[in-house]
Amino acid sequence: MPEKHLSTQFDSELNTVSSRVMELGGLVESQVQQAIHALGQFNAEAAHQVITTEARVNAMEVEIDHEISSIIARRQPTARDLRLLIAVSKATANLERAGDEAEKMARMVLSIIQSGTPRTLPASELRVAADLASGLLRKALDAFARLDTLAAVSILKEDDLIDKEFDNFMRVLITYMMEDPRMISPSLDLLFLAKAIERVGDHAKNVAELIIYIVKGADVRHASIEEIESVLK
Amino acid sequence: MYVSEFHPRQPMENTTPAEAPAAKISVRDLNFYYGKFHALKGINLDIPQNKVTAFIGPSGCGKSTLLRVFNRMFELYPEQRAEGQVLLDGENLLTSKQDVALLRAKVGMVFQKPTPFPMSIYDNIAFGIKLFESLNATDMEERVEWALRKAALWNEVKDKLKQSGSSLSGGQQQRLCIARGIAIKPEVILLDEPCSALDPISTAKIEELITELKDDYTVVIVTHNMQQAARCSDYTAYMYLGDLVEFGSTEQMFFKPTRKETEDYITGRFG
Repeated sequence: MPEKHLSTQFDSELNTVSSRVMELGGLVESQVQQAIHALGQFNAEAAHQVITTEARVNAMEVEIDHEISSIIARRQPTARDLRLLIAVSKATANLERAGDEAEKMARMVLSIIQSGTPRTLPASELRVAADLASGLLRKALDAFARLDTLAAVSILKEDDLIDKEFDNFMRVLITYMMEDPRMISPSLDLLFLAKAIERVGDHAKNVAELIIYIVKGADVRHASIEEIESVLK
Repeated sequence: MYVSEFHPRQPMENTTPAEAPAAKISVRDLNFYYGKFHALKGINLDIPQNKVTAFIGPSGCGKSTLLRVFNRMFELYPEQRAEGQVLLDGENLLTSKQDVALLRAKVGMVFQKPTPFPMSIYDNIAFGIKLFESLNATDMEERVEWALRKAALWNEVKDKLKQSGSSLSGGQQQRLCIARGIAIKPEVILLDEPCSALDPISTAKIEELITELKDDYTVVIVTHNMQQAARCSDYTAYMYLGDLVEFGSTEQMFFKPTRKETEDYITGRFG
């Protein structure tokens, strides 16, 4: 059976919008990595760059949404084309939100730097969670490009690890604040930062769920891993 | 669809949507031949009562042929024959001794091209009624008005009932044909490409009408326009080269069809 539409123009429109999402994903991924770098080094310049990139991410989201609306209006897509476009639209929103989280991380880094206490904070404890979240985002984008449902399931499983890391970090931070109440204010910045990392993982997970939606037509947003695996059989 | 509702269907074997209401027409092992040409190959399906069922598929797939079997229209041509069973309320209409005119009164048909009779709008409707019933003048007037109202045409023609049916626009003529069909109170209405000669506004009116008609009738529509099937049908069947490829709820057929052939056709990958 042919994989291409009778209308080559339709094919090219779908390809364009898909590759635009990948481009957006790449930009957000670099934004997240840069935010992690800014955190690791308490580097204000890197943090400022993350914030500057945000405007480009927002503009791309608007452009992609416009392209999707235009395809829906003119082509009335059905079945897998319809699922692809709905998924692309939702993936775009999730990626933009992940970019927002990176921006939040950068702003918290700047705030911690301004407080003059960065070196005494337990920021390095966040390294594992941050690397997990950024890795998850990259894997989700790879899997989305290849519509790889098996990779999507492994991403869903991995997101639980980030959530556990976040809980561990909370405990460390609470101990830290109890030991030295003067550190409560910068510690709260760090807490928001940790939460932003955890949210990046959640957005990566949402993108992974959309892969299953495209390929299998099943909405697995609130399903257990076992249920999802039974859909994929 | 949530994952808990996700039940991949067995293709082909079960050709009736699981959740479908009672069948008005049941087709069993139907084969149809134009001379030596085998046009329908072992069709099995149930057309649900008081629902709109759409048949889609490329030209020559057999969808109009199937529609023409439902009221034995094919018998007008000696070289055409149907084998198997087509059960209307359980009675096989292919072997039935029932008069074919009575069958067609029960199973009405509207064609692609509007076909008003060369007479007044009023007589277009009254003509069929007179064949089956003897109504007095008042009852006849009421029935004509009822049919024209049902076909969403009354307001446009009530002041010119004596004018010729062919003086109406294409869309009005098609609604006149639908009014003529429902005037004799059939049980099933077969629509063969009813909107292919109409502009978008007339098409929208007919589609609106189809949705209203299903309260009282079982509607079967053949259409080349897939979006039309998506808009106004409850169940959709995809046919290809005389086979019934897939039959399911319209939502499922247009969102996640079970068979790749169906998906390729409705997404325009067919070539």
